[in-house]
Amino acid sequence: MIDFSIFGIDPLQVLILLPAIGAVVVGAFFRQIWIARIGALAFSLVTMALAIVVFFVYQNNAESVNYGYLMFSQPVPWFEVLGSQAAFGIDGISAAMILLTGILSPLAILVSWEVTDRAPMHLALLLLFEVGSMGVFATTDLMIFFLFYELSLVPMYFLINQWGSPGGRLYASTKFMIYSIGGTLGMLLATQLIGWSSSLATPEMAAQVQGVLPGFEAGMHTYSMQALSVLWPQLSNSVGVSFLGTSIETVKALAFLGFFVAFAIKVPIWPFHTWLPDAHGEAPTAGSMLLAGVMLKLGAYGFIRLVVPLFPDVWISEVFLGMNFATMFAILSMLGIVLGAFAAFGQNDIKRLVAYSSVNHMGFVGMGVAVMALLYGQAWQAAQTGSGTLTADALQTGIIATNGAVMQMFNHGLSAAGMFLLAGGLYHKTHTRDMTQYGGLWVRAPIFGGIFIFTSMASLGLPGLNGFIGEFLVVRGSWPIFTALTAISMVGLLFTGSYILKGIRAVLHGPFNLKWRDYHLELHYNEMWAIAPLMVLMLITGILPNWILLTINGSVTALLNGIG
Amino acid sequence: MNLVELPLINLSDPNTLPWLIPVGPLLAFFIITLLTNRARWTPATDHAYGGHHPDYEGMDVPIVTDWSRIISITVGLSGVIAALLIAFNLVGQALAIGAGHFGEGEEVFKSSIEWLAAGDSPFRLGVLVDPLTLAMLVMVPIAVLCIFIYSIGYMAHDPRQSRFFALISLFAGAMLTLVVADNLLLLFVGWEVMGVCSYMLIGFWFEKESAYKAAIKAFTVTRVADVVMLLGIAYLYSVAGTLNFREILFDPEKLEMLAGTPAIIFGSWGFSAAGLIGTLLIVGTIGKSAQFPLHVWLPDAMEGPTPVSAMIHAAAMVSAGIYAIIRMYPLFVGAGEVFGAADPHHGIFSQPLLLMAIVGSFTALFSATMAVAQNDVKAVLAYSTISQLGFMMAALGIGAYIAAAFHLITHAFFKALLFMASGSVIHAMEHGEHHVHEHHAHGHGHDNHHAPHGNADVAEEHSIEVHEHPFDPQDMRNMGGLSKKIPVTFYAFLAGGFSLAGFPLITAGFWSKDEILADAWLGTSEGFGPHALVFFMLAIAAFLTAFYTMRQIGLTFWGNARTEEAEHAGLGGPRNIVSITMQLPLIILTFFALFAGFVGVPTDFPILGSIFSPDHNFFHHLVIYTLPHLEVFHPDPPPFNLIPVLTSFAVALGGIWLGWRMYWRKPLLAGQEDPMINILGRTVYTTLQNRYYMDQLYEVMLVRPSKWIAHQVNVLLDKGIIDGFLHFLAHAFTWLGDLMKVLNKWLIDGVGDGIPRGIYNLGGWLRGSQTGRVQQYLLAVLVMVLMIGLFFALTASSAVAVQ
Repeated sequence: MIDFSIFGIDPLQVLILLPAIGAVVVGAFFRQIWIARIGALAFSLVTMALAIVVFFVYQNNAESVNYGYLMFSQPVPWFEVLGSQAAFGIDGISAAMILLTGILSPLAILVSWEVTDRAPMHLALLLLFEVGSMGVFATTDLMIFFLFYELSLVPMYFLINQWGSPGGRLYASTKFMIYSIGGTLGMLLATQLIGWSSSLATPEMAAQVQGVLPGFEAGMHTYSMQALSVLWPQLSNSVGVSFLGTSIETVKALAFLGFFVAFAIKVPIWPFHTWLPDAHGEAPTAGSMLLAGVMLKLGAYGFIRLVVPLFPDVWISEVFLGMNFATMFAILSMLGIVLGAFAAFGQNDIKRLVAYSSVNHMGFVGMGVAVMALLYGQAWQAAQTGSGTLTADALQTGIIATNGAVMQMFNHGLSAAGMFLLAGGLYHKTHTRDMTQYGGLWVRAPIFGGIFIFTSMASLGLPGLNGFIGEFLVVRGSWPIFTALTAISMVGLLFTGSYILKGIRAVLHGPFNLKWRDYHLELHYNEMWAIAPLMVLMLITGILPNWILLTINGSVTALLNGIG
Repeated sequence: MNLVELPLINLSDPNTLPWLIPVGPLLAFFIITLLTNRARWTPATDHAYGGHHPDYEGMDVPIVTDWSRIISITVGLSGVIAALLIAFNLVGQALAIGAGHFGEGEEVFKSSIEWLAAGDSPFRLGVLVDPLTLAMLVMVPIAVLCIFIYSIGYMAHDPRQSRFFALISLFAGAMLTLVVADNLLLLFVGWEVMGVCSYMLIGFWFEKESAYKAAIKAFTVTRVADVVMLLGIAYLYSVAGTLNFREILFDPEKLEMLAGTPAIIFGSWGFSAAGLIGTLLIVGTIGKSAQFPLHVWLPDAMEGPTPVSAMIHAAAMVSAGIYAIIRMYPLFVGAGEVFGAADPHHGIFSQPLLLMAIVGSFTALFSATMAVAQNDVKAVLAYSTISQLGFMMAALGIGAYIAAAFHLITHAFFKALLFMASGSVIHAMEHGEHHVHEHHAHGHGHDNHHAPHGNADVAEEHSIEVHEHPFDPQDMRNMGGLSKKIPVTFYAFLAGGFSLAGFPLITAGFWSKDEILADAWLGTSEGFGPHALVFFMLAIAAFLTAFYTMRQIGLTFWGNARTEEAEHAGLGGPRNIVSITMQLPLIILTFFALFAGFVGVPTDFPILGSIFSPDHNFFHHLVIYTLPHLEVFHPDPPPFNLIPVLTSFAVALGGIWLGWRMYWRKPLLAGQEDPMINILGRTVYTTLQNRYYMDQLYEVMLVRPSKWIAHQVNVLLDKGIIDGFLHFLAHAFTWLGDLMKVLNKWLIDGVGDGIPRGIYNLGGWLRGSQTGRVQQYLLAVLVMVLMIGLFFALTASSAVAVQ
């Protein structure tokens, strides 16, 4: 713990409170559109500044906590009967995500100046979404995690439902909501199961978590993620415990499935992805930016933070045709990469094209997580059975794959938000998403054209820009583990190029479509201001990725080295 | 904590200097993109927007301002000149160390930084200048500078000239990055950025359908190879733990391990890790260096402005593929079961080497046959590039990596020369066309393209076509007699052409091609099959090369003008800026195309050997220290042998003679058919002209199926099956909900409402009994009494019965 607070409040709590206050103030008190816009922007900018500070505070103090969790305040009991605590802390992975959320929110707000209908409420919902995501990334308590996870759904639903494009918004928002609720239903159950069964820990186990959860004794409940990731995997029938008469293995399988489905929907992992093209396609520009940039990361973060450390034994247990869960997950990720790319290639709707590109890119996150899960599981098992540890090579592979997954999350956040910004802006100007209606826009909108190509190339994974770093690391990490799957994924990578080029061709190339002769097609100033930081980050991350990767790598290394 | 380590650059330290080489052009890219691209909005019908751009009626388009042109040219040139000066400085410092010493062991210029955190052993990225880099550092900046100077004139009237300079600056920066990279990953960065630059530049006139299609094709086809190469890089990184060239290639233990480990897949086919990695990397080169079957993008790539073609075909891009292979050469040799077991100089081949020998020699010949039947002046050159790259690839396959490097350098010079000379021809023809156009009546031409478009039919206006020239200024059948109109270009073209044809002794192309043939012959004479294949295929290809080059020059420059346009062709006078900037680079490159070969004359070559290589073959002696000092990499240069030399003489002179006989002695007349058609027969000729119909084949076999799959994934899989299942669930639950609603209504509501209703009804019925008549009441009482009496009687009797 280090001494850093904002007027005596934990800065991580401030990151959550600030946009919450902003949402209330903007939504309830600002009736003038301009005041609302500036107010929302101001709140999100202050939050962004704090997020940046928090990231670098972590980076500078990471070594003092060995790249583990850095806390800024003591946890306080929150729901004492359940043993849930209001605990906030970050490591390198969550710090990167907080940074991403902090950066994207003001940009989304800047872009949503295009909204004139009930603008204050629209802006308030964007801020409310930031509350939810910040909470997910900042907390270390499973119960609080769940609450914020659910909280982030609500504003997004209303954003799509009320401000989405006329025509498909009702269908899209309903689909989005039902998909998500359907997923989190199992997650709620899983959260409860894990929390309640934490009381089954033996005194020896309880002794192991004194470092992260002082005062924990056998028989007590806890929702502390750090404590649970030590306790929960060790619970098994062989320890002689059962839960409500059910074997603990069954409970684990149920909890695993609950988490798995919830997060797989959110990432999205193929075939849980079909809500995404609809939701992204119909959402207002700012909504799709945050959906793609932040919301999908909630799922991937859930995998890395919860599903991998809590279920190492489940990941490596065989389920189907001699394959374990991790391999199944890798297969699904591969399908996401390949089929996502094909689906994007088949689109004529520009926002759906970008949406499917998310399925394609997040597939690489899934692939990295699969490698992490497999190696984490094997290392955990080796530690439990006392049969040594993983080889240094395997560990290195796992670290690289996980680094790649986290980098890909960050990078996809930048480039997908950028792509949606451009695509949404274009839709706003032309009122059509049909790419065949565009053509030759580069003639009249040279700045837009250049930025569109730049962002597309970042999304395509051009070396020298950010997208490549994550993809390369994941491919490097997954090749020795899932060789054939990695090789097949390359088909997806090839078609990533195809759909990106298709997008560029349809929008910019060809003779100018004179239909748009009297339209203003060039980027507006607010759009330029919003995309500029993204472009700078894409370039810097591509050229010197270590500015962020060093921190991520530290925490990932600590995580994988400290198994068992 | 040091967040990101930046290279500390010390100008007096040659180790850190290579970082600065790519910086100039890259900086130029950013400066031009961000600062010097101001445009003025001009009506699209203005002639400044002519040429390759459509005339949009009633619309303003941005055209770069004059001062932006000047500044972007200045910035671009400064970047390249800075790179050139630093590169030459380094070359000078290296040569001061001396060939034979530089490159030996640690005697290289290198510097690296921690770039990518990976667990506890970070990935380091840096720069390296070794002898192979030196050769490239001479060739690339000179060629690029010439291309830049040339572009000043060539693009002088283009409305987006500053964008062009930004992009070729980036292109040059990427190539230089690739050249100075000390590891495969940075090389790949340069490699891919070049891919994007070529995409942008091939499609520079993006309003033209042929241009953007060619751009997409180039990017997609090379990406097929690149994703495979990425696997190779990932594999190498995971096995070797590093991608640094020297750390892998100069470490016998690592090579031994790579060669001795069975491959992670295909191991049962006899692939070792090195063999598989090598094969994956070679696929990357097959794409980038346009080898069969991924060569299809290169001929289309001439859709870009001609300086771009020179960039892609000579200075950068395609050279990069060959360069990467030479860089990683020990990996391919170490591909047997044991490292060093594969040694092409002793006739033992590994899979990657065989792949290169076969693909290279086949491509060399295959592509030369296509070049023979082309009528587009740039298409001939495009096929010749593919063919020449095949020469290099084949040379690598038989272990002649120095010959390949040599040919890479000489080819770059003469091919850059040829492309720019052909650009000059095209420019001259366009000039002639313009001239003819102006002298004809004003009744036709632009005006009928300006039919006023009403606002009512805006939808139809989408189909506005780019103003295509009815006259093709690139078609050689429209030319003829240009030697008198543009003499400087003619002599330059002739020099470049002779170098390409391998005209004996006085051209650079002869020496490099001869060295490849000499290496191939050495193996052939020892009875090694792949060497023989390479030797004979390349000899035939060389013959065809000489022939089609003479055909090209004959058709273009010799005889009399076959069209009015050719009659008026010219560069617009000797003293204008276009003429000067376009001809100066030709003169510079002519020098290199002729004399660059003298750095690599074999020592034992009669007479010339003792003049140019008294002690040792300079190029050979320099470049050989790129690789570790092991016998397998340091073979002696092939001894002088008359057979390959005479073969070189014979094929070059024979081809030239045949070309002369067919196209110079009796030059083609206006309207006359190509005499080739009679010789080959029309079917063969058409097949060659249509590139063996491979584009059509790919269209049917690859492009359409992938579009079909994409469609099916959307319609059938996502919307059909997955969403269908979800909708089914939704319907099922909705139905269930409806069922519940019905049940509610009938059962629950039925019961709930039924009981009160029943009571109500009962009451109603009972009310009916309240008649008020005493007789009826008494009757009812009587009935009840009887019933009660009966009940008691029955229960009592049954009680008695039980007792």
